Amino acid sequence: MKRRPNYLAGLGSLVWLFLIGLPLYVMLAATLQDHSDYSSNGPLAFPKHFTLHNYTQDFSNGFGHFFLNTLVVTIAVVAIVVLVVPPLAYSIVRSQGRITTGIFRLFLLGLAIPAQAVIVPMFYVISKAGLYDNLIGVILPTAAFSLPVCALILTGVMREISPELYEAMAVDGASPWRVFFQLVVPLSKSGLSTIVVFSALQAWNGFLFPLVLTQSDSSKVITLGLFNFQTEHGIDIPGLLAAVVLSMLPIFIVYLFARRALVQGLMGVGGK
Amino acid sequence: MTTSAEPRVARRRSVRRSGAAVARPGFAWAAPATLFFLLFAVVPLVLVAVLSFTDWDGLGSPQYAGLDNWKALIHDHVMIQSLWLSVLITVLGVVVQTPLSILLGVWAAGKQRNRAILSAIYFIPLLLSATAISILWRALLDPNFGVPSQAKWLFGDGNLFGHQTSAIGVLVFVGAWQYTPFHTLIYQGATRAIPPVLYQAAEIDGAGTVRQFFSITLPQLRTTMITSMILMVVGGLTTFDTVLILTQGGPGTDTTISAYYMYEQAFKSFDFGGGSAIALVLVVIATIISLIVVKVSGYDKMRSSTEGL
Repeated sequence: MKRRPNYLAGLGSLVWLFLIGLPLYVMLAATLQDHSDYSSNGPLAFPKHFTLHNYTQDFSNGFGHFFLNTLVVTIAVVAIVVLVVPPLAYSIVRSQGRITTGIFRLFLLGLAIPAQAVIVPMFYVISKAGLYDNLIGVILPTAAFSLPVCALILTGVMREISPELYEAMAVDGASPWRVFFQLVVPLSKSGLSTIVVFSALQAWNGFLFPLVLTQSDSSKVITLGLFNFQTEHGIDIPGLLAAVVLSMLPIFIVYLFARRALVQGLMGVGGK
Repeated sequence: MTTSAEPRVARRRSVRRSGAAVARPGFAWAAPATLFFLLFAVVPLVLVAVLSFTDWDGLGSPQYAGLDNWKALIHDHVMIQSLWLSVLITVLGVVVQTPLSILLGVWAAGKQRNRAILSAIYFIPLLLSATAISILWRALLDPNFGVPSQAKWLFGDGNLFGHQTSAIGVLVFVGAWQYTPFHTLIYQGATRAIPPVLYQAAEIDGAGTVRQFFSITLPQLRTTMITSMILMVVGGLTTFDTVLILTQGGPGTDTTISAYYMYEQAFKSFDFGGGSAIALVLVVIATIISLIVVKVSGYDKMRSSTEGL
């Protein structure tokens, strides 16, 4: 098949690449120069004296600690998702009872519940549970809100497992338990890595729940650290942007290795 | 948690139905995720309705207040304005992002040699938090130290955040910067799924690239367009981080959209009842849209090869 290139879209994509690339370049360049150099040279200039001062300064401002908190939240959220979503998806795909259909509908509907809409009662629930200003209070709602998309992605993957394989397992008299661990889980590996990457991304970048549900520096995550840094030292643009770079660094490293899983998973969200 | 499913699994194995040789998992397998989701997403959703009829400062206990919050809301001109602003920013977002992401998605679906490298850079906004993106653009567009101070011919007085029109423009632009890569990805996937035979047939009929785009690609992308637009609408209505960091709803209340207004009412003015009422309005709008998603996209009927087993 010969599909001729779409020149208009090609041109557009170059313009867009410029729009994506330029701000990222400006950001990197800004973080590598002194505050005074940046303000006198302007954002578009190439840095003359390179320095890593902005990065070290961020660490002394507590970013190392925020980093660690974010890591804890992310690992916990991914653990919850990996524990509960595969059995959920398995049951939705295979049991086909009225209850599981209802459950699937519930999660589909959940796709559109914006976190903002429930933030006030969430504050109420978490406060009453004594989890305010505690990382657990951030982890639980963050995990809950990544369930719908992960369920959607994983059911999509599990539906593609061929029926013959289940029958072959049934001939051996395998229990759902064994079918799950010996057939469904190994064959859903791509989907599993997608939901790991996706939920990790959600947790790492989460902002609203930490903003409303934590208060003290000791339970602050990195997005909140960024936000506070901006309100307090907003004038120190290189320092601020260095913090932005730091906040995206781990996720960018993961992206380099798991790009395929992430991109394919996100593609699947749009439907057929 | 999943061990709770064990007794049920055992029972199922012993009561093997005749003919149905394949052991099926019961709904107990879905229970942990469902209970968790109910507790942290659905219960709060019910609570938000309850709280909207109360007076609560966030510290003591909520007091029943009847329709007070709702009456106040109807007469609150900032609330009415915030709904208009939400709709305006959402519509502008859809209008800007849809053509862009369709063109880019169709382009990216083709066979480009350097696509792997390009898309690696291209999809970076997908990885960044809304916080990071907003801070980046706030810094870049800073009136004193940002790009506008260097390009006065383009940006006028350079204070983009000081006027309603340009502040809204910035919000729409940053929204597009953040979300266009995601929608491009959706369109890319959908474009790849179009049967090549359609293009071959068009080629034989002598249809050019443009004709093929309008007569094959666009119609084939219809479902995806609906899904993508609905996602844009839900995302647009609930834009929050961007407003908080870029404009703080200002100048004045010129960019105070509903989601941000809800946050201000609840967590800044400590009027959690009033905030809940605004939140409920958002929930109702989002639910209506989500019902449309499920109906129109046919997600709930999405059962491929395992159907009828």
